Amino acid sequence: MRNGYLFAAYAATWIIHITYLGTIVARYSRVKREIAELKKPGLRS
Amino acid sequence: MKSFFPILGVLTAILLSYAMYQALVVAPTDQMQGDVYRIIYYHVPSAWTAFLLFFVNFGASIVYLIKRRPAADMVALTAGEVGVVFLTVNLVTGPIWARPVWGIWWTWDWRLTSTLVMWLIYVSYLLLRRFSSSAETPVLAAAMSVLGALCIPFVYFSIWFFRTQHPQPVIGGGGSIDPQMLHVLLINWLAFLCFAFLVCWSRYRLEKLRREVDEAHAMKSLMAPRKGSRE
Repeated sequence: MRNGYLFAAYAATWIIHITYLGTIVARYSRVKREIAELKKPGLRS
Repeated sequence: MKSFFPILGVLTAILLSYAMYQALVVAPTDQMQGDVYRIIYYHVPSAWTAFLLFFVNFGASIVYLIKRRPAADMVALTAGEVGVVFLTVNLVTGPIWARPVWGIWWTWDWRLTSTLVMWLIYVSYLLLRRFSSSAETPVLAAAMSVLGALCIPFVYFSIWFFRTQHPQPVIGGGGSIDPQMLHVLLINWLAFLCFAFLVCWSRYRLEKLRREVDEAHAMKSLMAPRKGSRE
């Protein structure tokens, strides 16, 4: 039963880190899309 | 520099795997707590890494307050954000460890309470950075960071100066730890430091790109012809 707590702690650690890395990847993708939008020809007036 | 990142990523993954093997297999079992004590190899390095990152946040904030360099502001934001992530790991693994050992998830002792307060201060720092649009935001955040950094020595030395539910120091402060356990603890800390460096590098690059895009948007708005203007 105690090893369940050990597993939970290690799992929680990596869930937190992977979730944060996921947010960085998502934000990076969003910025890349904005860059692609900026590179498009000028806005129609 | 870009080609260095994947190489460092692979090396860090290997080091983290080795550190986990050391923590779960090689390190001796604790006489009192059994295998559940192995949470220490994630709990303590996470705290140390968070303290280090908050110290970097403090240093970069001081540089920004004095010299107003954008790079210093970006380093401060990066270190603060990644520091919060590591402190979150510490605050989550602590109660998971406490439950089987103390029989409780939480107690309001000096160490736990001060760590929670420090986490709240740095979360507030991130909320300020995220939701404030004032031009003075970086200066306000840097000032807040200087105050937040005062927590670091208080949290760290709280178990040296007060009797707490949290264990007394095992390193320094008159504490002792099995040499093999200490060896594994330091390996895990090294692995997490490498991981933290990689994460900070990624976050910094994102922030740099974000600011360049914001500047490009601003320039585009300035140069766009205004509707209805007479020539």
